[in-house]
Order: sequence, then structure tokens, then C-alpha cells
Amino acid sequence: MRPEVRVAVPAIAALFLLLFTLQVRIDAITRNLPLQKEELLLRSARMLKKMSLGYDALLADLYWTRTVQYYGLKRLNDDPNFELLSPLLDLTTELDPQLVVAYKFGTVFLSEHPPAGAGRPDLAVQLTRRGIAANPEEWRFWADLGFVYYWYEKDYANAADAYLQGSRQPLAPIWMKAMAASISAQGGSYRTSYFLWSEIYQSTQDAEIRKNALKHLQTLRAEEDAQHLVEIGKQFFARFHRYPAFSRDLVSAGLLPAVPVDPAGYPYVFTPDGSVRLNPSSPITSEKISPPSKP
Amino acid sequence: MSTWAIETEGLTKDYAAGFWRKKRRRALDALTIQVQSGEVFGFLGPNGAGKTTTLKLLLGLIYPTSGAARILGRSISDVAMHRSVGYLPEQPYFYDYLTARELLDYFARFFGYTAAERRERVGRFLGMVGLEAAGDVQLRKFSKGMLQRVGMAQAILHDPEVVILDEPMSGLDPLGRREVRDIILDLKRQGRTILFSTHILSDAEMLCDRVGVLVGGKLQGVGAPEELVSIAVQGMEVLFDMPAGRALPPALGAAAVQTGSRLRLHVPEAELYATLELLRGSQARIISVTQVKATLEDFFFRLVGNQKTAGHAVEVPGK
Amino acid sequence: MTRVAIVALNTFREAVRDRVLYNLIFFALLMISAAVLVGEISIGIERLVIVNLGLTAISVTGLVMAVFIGVSLVYKEMDKRTLYALLSKPVRRWEFLAGKFAGLLLTLAVNTALMTLGLIAALLYVTHTLAPADANLLVAVYFILLQLALVTGLALLFSCFSTPMLSTLFTLGIYLAGLFSADLRASGMSGNSRALELMTRALYYVLPNFSNYNAIHAAGHGRAIPFTLVWANTAYTVSYLLVILLAASAVFSSRDLK
Repeated sequence: MRPEVRVAVPAIAALFLLLFTLQVRIDAITRNLPLQKEELLLRSARMLKKMSLGYDALLADLYWTRTVQYYGLKRLNDDPNFELLSPLLDLTTELDPQLVVAYKFGTVFLSEHPPAGAGRPDLAVQLTRRGIAANPEEWRFWADLGFVYYWYEKDYANAADAYLQGSRQPLAPIWMKAMAASISAQGGSYRTSYFLWSEIYQSTQDAEIRKNALKHLQTLRAEEDAQHLVEIGKQFFARFHRYPAFSRDLVSAGLLPAVPVDPAGYPYVFTPDGSVRLNPSSPITSEKISPPSKP
Repeated sequence: MSTWAIETEGLTKDYAAGFWRKKRRRALDALTIQVQSGEVFGFLGPNGAGKTTTLKLLLGLIYPTSGAARILGRSISDVAMHRSVGYLPEQPYFYDYLTARELLDYFARFFGYTAAERRERVGRFLGMVGLEAAGDVQLRKFSKGMLQRVGMAQAILHDPEVVILDEPMSGLDPLGRREVRDIILDLKRQGRTILFSTHILSDAEMLCDRVGVLVGGKLQGVGAPEELVSIAVQGMEVLFDMPAGRALPPALGAAAVQTGSRLRLHVPEAELYATLELLRGSQARIISVTQVKATLEDFFFRLVGNQKTAGHAVEVPGK
Repeated sequence: MTRVAIVALNTFREAVRDRVLYNLIFFALLMISAAVLVGEISIGIERLVIVNLGLTAISVTGLVMAVFIGVSLVYKEMDKRTLYALLSKPVRRWEFLAGKFAGLLLTLAVNTALMTLGLIAALLYVTHTLAPADANLLVAVYFILLQLALVTGLALLFSCFSTPMLSTLFTLGIYLAGLFSADLRASGMSGNSRALELMTRALYYVLPNFSNYNAIHAAGHGRAIPFTLVWANTAYTVSYLLVILLAASAVFSSRDLK
């Protein structure tokens, strides 16, 4: 072995150790820097498409990847600022107007309240309408539009209308028409919300969307259970002239077969005035619950 | 303490060969030689014999598979020793964006000369190799012969004790070759040691104190040129021409070699006078009678011929 | 003058006599002129656009030069056999490598400095004064130079044992990997596989981390870059360069010349 090699190997090992400590230090410094305003130098989607020289599909993939990473990094750092999400999605869908998952991602995460999303359902509506314009016979976009109006905007008129329009497209599933009718009639209900969120969950492979949908489903179930328990609590009051202190009181009184737990497995909590809350230790409480309201 | 200028001990170089690089080709096989200080030593051999390999090993451009070598008593891995060594590579190529002057100046910097010293040396050695006029021409415009001269200049401008030249005459016209020969003789007069490789045998005969013959990576013989050839006279050569109209005596006709109007005959010494009688009888005009001596070339071809029948460069079974 | 410096200056001279250098300077100057025009279309953010565009141009130009000249640094000398005469002089192989590296880095530094002057000129033209915050521009340029040094080192390393085409691919590959190593690590952390998480984490620390040097945002908004970061990045670059040069020396010193 040449002397240069004999010197190089241990020296390089020692240097990598040094590099490791330096990198940790650098990470610490950059993390503490004031949050930098990120830039998307190219905001004009049309200009980007012209510049892509025919490689739209590839660029669309790149921008989609960047969008997903952007969202992921924000969630990782608990950063509620989703400023660039809308422009990124605009760029992605301009480059590939048929990229269904991008529209769906926008539907959910542009609308969701921070820190889960940008809290801008209006942008989601815009995005989805563009999707409809580019894919007029695709019922899925109408379903997404309907969903944004229903869940986030609580605009039941527009929601029903969207579902109706969507139900007229080829290959539209039957429930679209049913949805249009039931929202028209009742506005928001647990059943409808539960169904729609399940539909979202089943319609996509994207991990983030599914995770989010599952959370909503659990919250809905908890809410519904809580309502139900309030009713049972009233029965308890009628019999014992006070509200139950613990859920198991209901079991002892024979009103319930077992201690009621939320989807995460935590028992519900009764307040002295008869309302039911989720257990404070339950992971479901961390989500802001927005129960549907009557029309 | 060694007094040899250059010495090698069992210097060997194998190359990986074959598609899977499993076979080994032995380019140099256990070379052991010593070159005395002040001597002019020539490496002779056909192409691929290992001459260039040996020189590159000495300069540390390639590494030996086994064996050792020393120049001026210092190991070949001692780069500082290059201060006292000059090297002319085979088919030299230099940075073509530099002029001859700039190249020599660049190389001269590695020896620690002051700017004034460099200027003086560069000028002197450019003159010595006949390139004063072309000093400021970019090397990319140089002919092969000019590059050879620059190569020679850069090899010796630092007054090295040992000068190693790989095919120094290659690419030169007869005038250029004479100049290089003179340079070599001049260097020798200055007491330097010169090691060079060549396949031009007459140069070796003329310049070398000793020659080493390499064939197929093996040293076939070392010695003064005269020692290597047999001293025995090999016969007589008769040069003559025939007057117009006269035919050669039939006995000699077959053996005579004709060049233009001249005819040449080789005969053993014993038959000389009989031959001359025959020629005189045929009215031939005798031009000269000379002794024929074996040359280095004969020795060489005999060696190479033997090697060729024995097989090419030695193949070492892969490990 | 040290032997390293002798080789370095000659390498610099070669780059200067190589006309490719001049073309790239024109290219960069052209880009910056374009920036001046763009500034007239969007009012209020001229400074931002010029700085972003200018720094990006300097960075890209430097990158292209570092890669394309770097990958031939050693290969060309071995292939053309100019190395024979040089290495027969009293100069060590690692001194030759260090000299080639320093020479190309010097070329890049000069080129970058000239382009920075052009950028400052364009900035002056548009904003008519220089804010003290513009000093951050110089820090951003310094960071670009640090990056270029690393890329040059990588190109040099590959040049010691592979052809220019392959070396270009390898160098660019590692550059891109190093640029996205932070993202890679993030996705490894949010994934489900522990093995993947460990692997991306290891890669993050082993690959040269090019995202450390990204100061273009801060410079664009006139935000100060802390001195501690300048210090840390410099130390990081020097250490990584040492790794590269040691490796190159080990590889090159073990090679037989053609």
C-alpha cells in the first residue's frame, strides 16, 4: 500500500467525524434563522408551460413531487404557513391538467385549517373548477367541488348543485345523485359527512389524504357518539335527577352494555351540565372539530 | 555505499491482460543491471521489449511489481532525487498552449532558479537544440522533430547528473540526429551518466560504452558493443563491374548481387584469390576488396530470431 | 514559490488561454443585462429579481465551468501524456493534484469576482444606491464560491480515474444528491421504514450538503447571514475538500501512468 493511501484512510475517517459535528452545528444555525420567505420565481403557469419545451409531463411530475415535499416539510416543522401550496398546485395542474391526485390534494389541503392545511377553501374551489374546465366529463372533479362546498364552506346549495352536475357525467356513481338530494333536503348530517369522507378515503392512494380522511372519520364518529351519549345522559337524569359523573355510571344503571369509548379507545367524559366531551387524553381532541350544522 | 549511477535489482513489471484482467503479461522480467557514473549506456531491443517500461519505472511514472532500483544511491520512490535526473519521454507531447520558451521556463521553476537564471538557461538551451528562432512559437505548431528538440532541452536544462532518454533520435532528420549525438557526447564529456533506449543500432554502436539488449522483457546480454559481436572476420567482399558485353563466369553468377552496374560477391577468405583469378579472366574491373565483419545488427537479429522461434513476450500464469 | 503554486499558476494560464472562459463571461453579463430589462416590467421588486437572477447565473455558470474543466484536469494530462515530463521533475503527485485544483479554483474565483462586479453594476443601475444590506450579497457570492470549490474537488477526484463523460455524470449526480439530501432525510423520517430512515440520515451526513450554502433567498431580501454560519460553512467546506483531496491523492498515487 502506498504511503498516500496509508495516510488517507484514517485521516478521511477523522474528517468525516468533524464534518458530522459541523453539519449538526450548521443545522442548528439555519433552523434558528428567521423563517425565510420562500420564493417561486416562476409564478406564471402559462409561461412555465411555454418554457417546458414539450417536457410538460416530466416537469409536472417534478412540481408534484416538490408540492408533496413542501407539504410534508411544513407538517414536519409544524409550520402553519402554506403560502406556496396554491401556486405549486396551479403550476402542477397547468403542466398536467389530468393529474387527478394533484386536484384532490388541493381540495383537501388547501381547505383544511392550519396546521393541517392552508385554510383557503376558496382557492380549492378555484383549483377544482379549473380541473373541471380541463376535464369536463370527469365526475370526480365535480365530487371534489361538491365536497369543498359541503364540508369546508358549508355552502349546501352549491354543494348539492355540484353533486347533481357530477351525477350527470358518464360513469358517475349512483350515490352522487343521492348526495345531491340529501344535501338539498337536510344540509349537513353525520351520515352524509361520514359517507363523503369515506369516499375520499377510498378514492385515493395518496398517504397524506388518507391519513387526513381517517382523522376526520374518527372525529365524526366521536361527535356522533357524543351526541348519542347526551341523549342517554338525559335518560339518566330523568331517573336519578343528576347527570352521570363517569361513563361507567351508565353501565351500572343498565343504560349501556359497556363503557363507551371513542374511536381511539378513550372513554368519554361527562360535564356537570350534561354535555359530553371527548377525553382530554384522546388524540382526537387535537383536531379542531367542526360539526355539521342544520340548514 | 553504492557508486553506481543507476542500478536495478530484479526489477519486474507485470500488467493485467485479457478481457477479465486475470492473465498477467510480464513486460519486464527481473532486470538486474548497473550503470556506472559517467558511462553512456544504451538499451537495445525491438518494440515492446521493455525498454520504455524500464525507463518509466526508473522515473516513478509506473510502479514495479517486484524488485528495486536506485538512482545515485537513492530509491526510485524518492521524488526529490529527480532534481539530479533529466528525462526525455518517448514521443514527447507538451502543453500546446505554451510557447517553447514558456514551457522551459515552467519546468525550470521546479528547480528553484531565480528569474534571471531561468531566462539565461532557457535561452542557452533553446540555442543548444537549435530552437532559438522558434522560442516564442506555440508548441501546438511544432513539428515532431521540433518537439523532440524541446524535449531534449527540458531534459537537460537543470544540469542533471543522470540523463535518461527514450528514443532521443526518433523523428529527427540526419542533421538533427547528428546534433543529438553531439549533445550526448558533450554531456558525456561533462561527466554525466546517460542512459538511453534506441532501436537504431548504428547509434548505439557509435555512442555507447555499453549496451544492454532487451528482448521480450528479458535482458539478453550486457557489454561493450565490440564484446557482443564476434570479432572474427566473416569473409571478404569483392566489388567489381563487368565490361559491356561480357558475361559473368558461370561459377560466380548465382552468388553475385547486382546493384546498378556494380556487382558484389561474398567469398570466404580462402577462396579469395581463386575468385579474383576468375574475375580477371572474365575481364571484370575490380573496384575494391574489403573485409566483412559481423555487426551488432547480426548479433541482434540472431538473438531476435531465436526469441521469435521460442515464442513472444513471456506470459506469466495468472495468480 | 511552492511547487503547488507553480502548477496552479500554469493551470490558471491554461484556462485563460482556453477561449471557453471568455464565452461564459459574456453569457453571464448577458444574463445580468436581461435582469435589468425584467426589472422594468415588475415594479417594486427589481432589486429582488436582479439579485436572484444574477446570483443564479453566477452559480450556474460557475458550476458548468467547474464541472467541464474539472473533469479533464487530470484525465487530459494522463491521456495526452504531458504528465510524463512534469512528473519526472522533483514534484510529488499530490502537489500536482493540489496545484491543478488551486489553479481551477483561482480561475473560478476570478470569473466569479468579475461577474459579481457586473451584478453590482446592474444593481446600482436599477436602485441607484447601495443599501448596507447589500453586503449580504457578497456573503452569498462567497457561499457560491465555497460550493464551486467542492464541485471542483469532486470533478478532480473523478478525473483521476475515469473518462470526462463518466466523471461529469458522477460529479453532477453527487451534486444533485447533495442538494436534495435534506429533502431525502425529511422523507425518510416521515416514512414507515426504520431502515430507510437510518439510510437517508446516513446519506445526509456523508454526502456533501449543498443546501447549506443557499443564501440566495436571504440576499434577495437583504437579510443578514449570521457570521457563525459563514464560519461553519467555511470549516465544513475546507474539511470536505481535505477528504476529497486525500482520496484523490490516494487514488492517483497508486496509478501507473498510461
